[in-house]
Amino acid sequence: MTAAPSVVAVEGAAKTYANGTCALAPVDLAVAPGEFVALLGPSGCGKTTLLRMAAGLVAPTQGRLSWWGADHVPADDPARRIAMVFQSPTLMPWSRVLANARLPLDLAGAARAEGDRAARDALAGVGLADVADRYPRELSGGMQMRVSIARALVVAPALLLMDEPFGALDEFTRHKLDAELNALWHTRGGTVLFVTHSIQEAAFLATRVVVMAARPGRIIADVPVPAAQPRTPAYRGSADFAALCARLSAAVAQASGEVQAQ
Amino acid sequence: MTPRDELPRAFGWLAPVGVAAVLLGLWQGAVTAWDVPAYLVPSPARVAATLWTDRALLADSLRVTAGIALTALAIAIVAGVATALLFAQSRVIEASLFPYAILLQVTPIVAIAPLIIIWVQDTRVALVLCAVVVAIFPIISNTALGLRSVDPGLADLFRMSRATRWQTLWRLRIPGALPYFFGGLRVASGLALIGAVVAEFVAGTGGQGAGLAYQILLAGIQLNVPRLFAALVLIAATGVVFFAVTNALARAALSRWHESELPPAE
Ligand SMILES: Nc1ncnc2c1ncn2[C@@H]1O[C@H](COP(=O)(O)OP(=O)(O)OP(=O)(O)O)[C@@H](O)[C@H]1O
Ligand SMILES: [Mg+2]
Repeated sequence: MTAAPSVVAVEGAAKTYANGTCALAPVDLAVAPGEFVALLGPSGCGKTTLLRMAAGLVAPTQGRLSWWGADHVPADDPARRIAMVFQSPTLMPWSRVLANARLPLDLAGAARAEGDRAARDALAGVGLADVADRYPRELSGGMQMRVSIARALVVAPALLLMDEPFGALDEFTRHKLDAELNALWHTRGGTVLFVTHSIQEAAFLATRVVVMAARPGRIIADVPVPAAQPRTPAYRGSADFAALCARLSAAVAQASGEVQAQ
Repeated sequence: MTPRDELPRAFGWLAPVGVAAVLLGLWQGAVTAWDVPAYLVPSPARVAATLWTDRALLADSLRVTAGIALTALAIAIVAGVATALLFAQSRVIEASLFPYAILLQVTPIVAIAPLIIIWVQDTRVALVLCAVVVAIFPIISNTALGLRSVDPGLADLFRMSRATRWQTLWRLRIPGALPYFFGGLRVASGLALIGAVVAEFVAGTGGQGAGLAYQILLAGIQLNVPRLFAALVLIAATGVVFFAVTNALARAALSRWHESELPPAE
């Protein structure tokens, strides 16, 4: 039996933007099916750039990416869909929550009834079944972010890309949503690539933490997290968690120290 | 919350009406006190009386002017939105055509009106055309700006979902452009009326299809100043009605989601 191909594999991909900014030095990263990979790094280290590459939204200026072994994002394979949750909720303010969650299915030409059912399920999955008929502005920031997650989950993606989805939220809400996300991932499975600049968040969620450094953006550490799933509040208090956080802090500190030394 | 937000809702129209009452009272008082002749400054009561006695004549003219302005506004909306949609299709089209839209905007209508009136046989059509020329620019420029101002995150989402060009236009760009469009419409509704009046002045058409501008011209020549004022009042009132209707349309379309039309925060 051959090993299943990586869901997304980045091979020596680098990105220099048109204005000359070298956002990402050549990086290698392979994400296996079922992994929850956290990309951890300081602001400006190219996390969003790398994630947008994985989404097929930007092309690398050097190197290549592959998805399930193919060199392009699979188009019409329902078992290989990719969805993304952005740094801000990016909901359509003119549409109700239900229509927002249904959008990817609408765009794919799904029947209205089928789309409504899937959108309601997805909203129920993030605990928002009762606000389907509201407008986004009537929701709190945390609720808007959950709608955004429901919108991503509505297509049952095999690969879920998340760009600091809870970065703008307070710590209480973030802990709560982290726990919900972990439970959700544990039940539905799938592969997640999750960008964050919070060490605790990465340590709590991921099965593997990839630490990045800035100027130029690159990967400096790749740390497996063997702790049992699903993660519980008790895990946050455990010695394993503390040790992992310490190790990640050291890696991040070392990276920023290098930058200061230059 | 600032005291500004605590004003009762009715104040929005009560206050200006109160101001009008005071000003009209002062005007009436001044005209009576100093015995100003009506051919210089008619009193508000005299203007009101003229509005009533000349109502048949003035109503006909009002219908003509308002008809021209409304037709022009409708054409400006359709043609302006169509042009903006064309601009939205490509930067090249926009870059090559937008300067001509600006040209329309910066050329004074009084300068073009005589030409249009010479070229176009039917006076009414010529007048409508003049008003369109004046009213169309804010619609084009605002709608084009709105169609371009797309939330980059949503644009990415549409790309990842492999949305067609049509889906992106219909579900993302057009809804997002609505607040901008209504901003343009608000300006254009006033401009359509101004355009209609200015064009009538230039054309100087009298007789059957005479509009309010012609009544002003004629009343000026005849020193019938009360009628001149009455016609002015009607033009101003028409402008206010246009503005109110446009506002109501904007509110109906946007009140559920856009900041500009949300009810005051509780
Ligand atoms: N479209 C762009 N054009 C030019 N430069 C860009 C562009 N997008 C990002 N950059 C630059 O590339 C670098 C990496 O940006 P990126 O957004 O990937 O960082 P990030 O790690 O996601 O940061 P943050 O945590 O603040 O979101 C930054 O220096 C940024 O200024
Ligand atoms: Mg980012």
